[in-house]
Amino acid sequence: MMTSTILRTATRYLFPLLMLFSIFLLIRGHDEPGGGFIGGLLAAMSFAMYALAYDVPTARLMLRVDPKYLVGVGLLLAGLAGVFGLVWNAPYMTTYWWHPETGPLAGQHLGTPLIFDIGVYLVVIGVTLMIVFNLAEE
Amino acid sequence: MEPVLAIVIGALYAAGIYLMMRRNLVKLVIGLVLLSQAANLLIFTCAGLDSTHAALIPPGAQVPETSYADPLPQALILTAIVIGFGVISFTLALFHKAYQTVGTDDLDQMKSTDT
Amino acid sequence: MLWAVVSGFLVAFIAPLVHRLGRRAAGPVLALLPLGLFIFFLSHLPDVAAGEVFRHEALTWSAVLDVTVSFYLDGLSLLFALLITGIGTIIVAYAGTYLEDHPDRGRFYVALLSFMASMLGVVLADNLITLFVFWELTSLTSYILIGFDHEKAESRNSALQALLVTALGGLALLAGFVMLGLIGGSFELTELLNEREAITGHGLYVPMLVLVLLGAFTKSAQFPFHFWLPNAMAAPTPVSAYLHSSTMVKAGVYLLARLSPAVGGTEVWLWTLVIVGGVTMVIGAYLAIQQVYLKRILAYSTISALGVLVFLTGMASAEAETAARYAGTAFGAFLLGHALYKATLFLVAGTITHETDEKDVTKLGGLARAMPMTAFAAALAGLSMAGVPPFFGFIGKELLLEAALQQAAWAWLLTAAAVVTGTLFIIVAGLIAWRPFYGEVRQTPKHPHEAPAIMWVGPALLATLSLLIGILPGYFGTPLTMPATASVLFAGGDEAARTGLLEEHRLALWHGINLALLLSVGILVLGVGLFAAHQHVMAALRPVQWTLRIGPAKWYDIAFKSVIGFAGLQTRVLQSGFLRVYLAITILTMVGLVGYGIFRLDDLPVSLELPAENLWAYAYQNLYVLVTAVMILLGTFGAVHSRSRLAAIASLGVVGFGVALIYVFYGAPDLAMTQFLIETLTVILFVLVFYHLPAFPTVSGKLSRGRDVLIALSAGTVMTTLVLIATSVQVQERISDYFVEQAVPLGEGRNVVNVILVDFRSVDTLGEIVVLAIAGVGVLALLKLRPGRKRA
Repeated sequence: MMTSTILRTATRYLFPLLMLFSIFLLIRGHDEPGGGFIGGLLAAMSFAMYALAYDVPTARLMLRVDPKYLVGVGLLLAGLAGVFGLVWNAPYMTTYWWHPETGPLAGQHLGTPLIFDIGVYLVVIGVTLMIVFNLAEE
Repeated sequence: MEPVLAIVIGALYAAGIYLMMRRNLVKLVIGLVLLSQAANLLIFTCAGLDSTHAALIPPGAQVPETSYADPLPQALILTAIVIGFGVISFTLALFHKAYQTVGTDDLDQMKSTDT
Repeated sequence: MLWAVVSGFLVAFIAPLVHRLGRRAAGPVLALLPLGLFIFFLSHLPDVAAGEVFRHEALTWSAVLDVTVSFYLDGLSLLFALLITGIGTIIVAYAGTYLEDHPDRGRFYVALLSFMASMLGVVLADNLITLFVFWELTSLTSYILIGFDHEKAESRNSALQALLVTALGGLALLAGFVMLGLIGGSFELTELLNEREAITGHGLYVPMLVLVLLGAFTKSAQFPFHFWLPNAMAAPTPVSAYLHSSTMVKAGVYLLARLSPAVGGTEVWLWTLVIVGGVTMVIGAYLAIQQVYLKRILAYSTISALGVLVFLTGMASAEAETAARYAGTAFGAFLLGHALYKATLFLVAGTITHETDEKDVTKLGGLARAMPMTAFAAALAGLSMAGVPPFFGFIGKELLLEAALQQAAWAWLLTAAAVVTGTLFIIVAGLIAWRPFYGEVRQTPKHPHEAPAIMWVGPALLATLSLLIGILPGYFGTPLTMPATASVLFAGGDEAARTGLLEEHRLALWHGINLALLLSVGILVLGVGLFAAHQHVMAALRPVQWTLRIGPAKWYDIAFKSVIGFAGLQTRVLQSGFLRVYLAITILTMVGLVGYGIFRLDDLPVSLELPAENLWAYAYQNLYVLVTAVMILLGTFGAVHSRSRLAAIASLGVVGFGVALIYVFYGAPDLAMTQFLIETLTVILFVLVFYHLPAFPTVSGKLSRGRDVLIALSAGTVMTTLVLIATSVQVQERISDYFVEQAVPLGEGRNVVNVILVDFRSVDTLGEIVVLAIAGVGVLALLKLRPGRKRA
């Protein structure tokens, strides 16, 4: 694979920034452009960059978990985000919001769509990396 | 600008279809990519290019202040792009495997390996 | 009532377990369920006989489509439910012993009990769609039952034939039901029954009727769809006794009788039913006496009896009140009488074959000595079938004759048909109930013994009932059949007419000396005479034997073979195995259809909306779009034309980024971001995969390339035109306006695209990430699974 020192160095410094940015995109996605799909793709990209600059085992090590677990957990989160409604006899995927007034999250609004979006984020990272890693390993 | 985009879409479709009818597997995959670009752009254009403003609501407001581009087709296309990626990568993996097993990227030669 | 239906399915599930634990006892143990249900329904008899109707809405299936799971119990459903559970009890108990040595008995119970439950569902359903679902379930379960001996090709073919014929009818029926529901304004039978005027006066009445009748006639084996029933005799005998005597084939009759107050009463209805039923009853009986195998004789006579019932249902719509009432009364009486004697005779036939291994009546004789109880049951049932007083069959036949005589038009012809059928029935009864048991003793493959008690108690019980109801029609017959008659004649709400009928009409053995009685006597004499001379009759019929061979069964074979042949032909033509041929066919079809559609438009609704006078200024303002468009076009051209893979991939990247720019220009930042990221990832993937491949060789000739260019360009042109038309249409209201308005109040988000994705249409998104996950798993499976590591 490509072994350019510049790419490696750049990747090492860019990687945390990109990851941070992807989480930022995920969280602000409900109000500004962004969201689970875009955030997930960006996160996947930064890992893919790692795999290109170094090699796949290093990138896998960075990820710590096997991408297929991310897919599973993501699907589970997205699916579970909808069940709250069922408890109160509302349709599946009815959303609920929580507005904490005190504590560190005061003033934020948190809700089931965020859980859903995190699920999407994880699925996108998982699937993309599953594909990229496996193809790169061939 | 709709007529211009209409021509672009037509060209993308024509190119995609032409490439998919080639015997070479790589060309087939490239055609598939062009075809999904064409489809996405088709939905986007048909929804109307009325506004250059995104459907974003300013903080504190209830509705957008200016006219806005239709957000529904955008949501559809967004998932279509990602799924298109899934399809393309599946095709690529299939192609890779087929090439490894059969040793050719010619579809006509692959046909006879079934039997 | 819901539980009455559901319990059958539930018990069906545990039946194999019961079978494994109980072995021989399984049959009688499982028979407790139909027995319990029988008693449950019997307990409703006094109320229903008094005119009460039970309705139970179990659950709403789809409120928008007016589909509910609702049940309805009146005289007609009750009579059927009693037959289904009562005869079901005997069959389940009998089957345990009959199939003693069969390895698949557990499976048999599952199918039989599910069938019983489905059949109960059909006769108890109030909603048309619910009824249809159960109707199809009976087709499916009977498919399994007929093909029970699935190792024999004959069984499989017969099962498939029965399924195809009844399922085709079922499709017609569904369409008919939908039309009926729309015409009548409701899918509930209880409401439809009071809408006769609106239904029969509607312009779509006749098409609807044709579809519904197709469904009913195929199910009830009416001419010309009768051929599947004799073939269905490939089923084990208890199944035949059940499906083809009292239940499944009567589903069609039930439907006609049930719908009679709602869609009947017209000339079309009356004459279609009378003619089809009449033809079926005569042909069925005629074919029955030509058979030599016990079960086939019974099968054809069943077809004939079904014809009688359809015939009577039709006549119950007669304008003259007396005629209609006679027909309705005859319907109830004949239904009950036939179910009793036919089930008995089927079981007797099964016992004979079980004990002797012989099914050809001409090779049987003198069995009465060895099997006295079976012979006794057979004799009683045979006499009932022959219509000898004081058996219940006599009352049924008497009423049939009376109903035919009372008709306003063509009474003599209808009566003649009834007389012929009655006479032939006597011969059939003789062939089944007399021939095997009396006369000289014949050698059979297996030495006959009396069957185990459980195999003769049931038939004997049913046969005795025929006699008992015949002697005391007022006590047993009237409360059972007259409420059913009332349901055929009147809608549920017509209380006065119901009570009037129930007070005036009672079943009786003796009607005084009238024409019907004289005809009965004549039939008896003629029938016995012909039976005595059966050999000669057969000989006399030999010259017209060829008529049997050109029947509809032949048409079915031809149709079946040609469908298969056509499928093979079109597969050979269309499935060449070349991807580009498939693509070319698909695309040319699309181009042809859409192009034709565009061509048909009077004036192309395309407004190019370009300010003609200052085109240049406009172009200059939108220069960035123009430049991007040219960029995409160049990229596309490059992707098509380049000889090296890397150049093609790079061109692809140009196209992708160009498209992303278009998204940026027209207010779709989310799309643009997604597109940029995906494009980068795609390029990475392409490089990964194509890195080690050879350059593109040119493999196709000039000619084929030219042809493909033409196809591709025509498709492109059509798409361009479509876009131009679509963008010229002014949309008044956008769905997304709602989403935009509600994004902040409901969705608590300011990015509408994202709110749609994760809130308004989140189930869609969930589906899409599942698809994505599947694609990922597919890639994983393709790359990681190595051939040769298959699990053993």
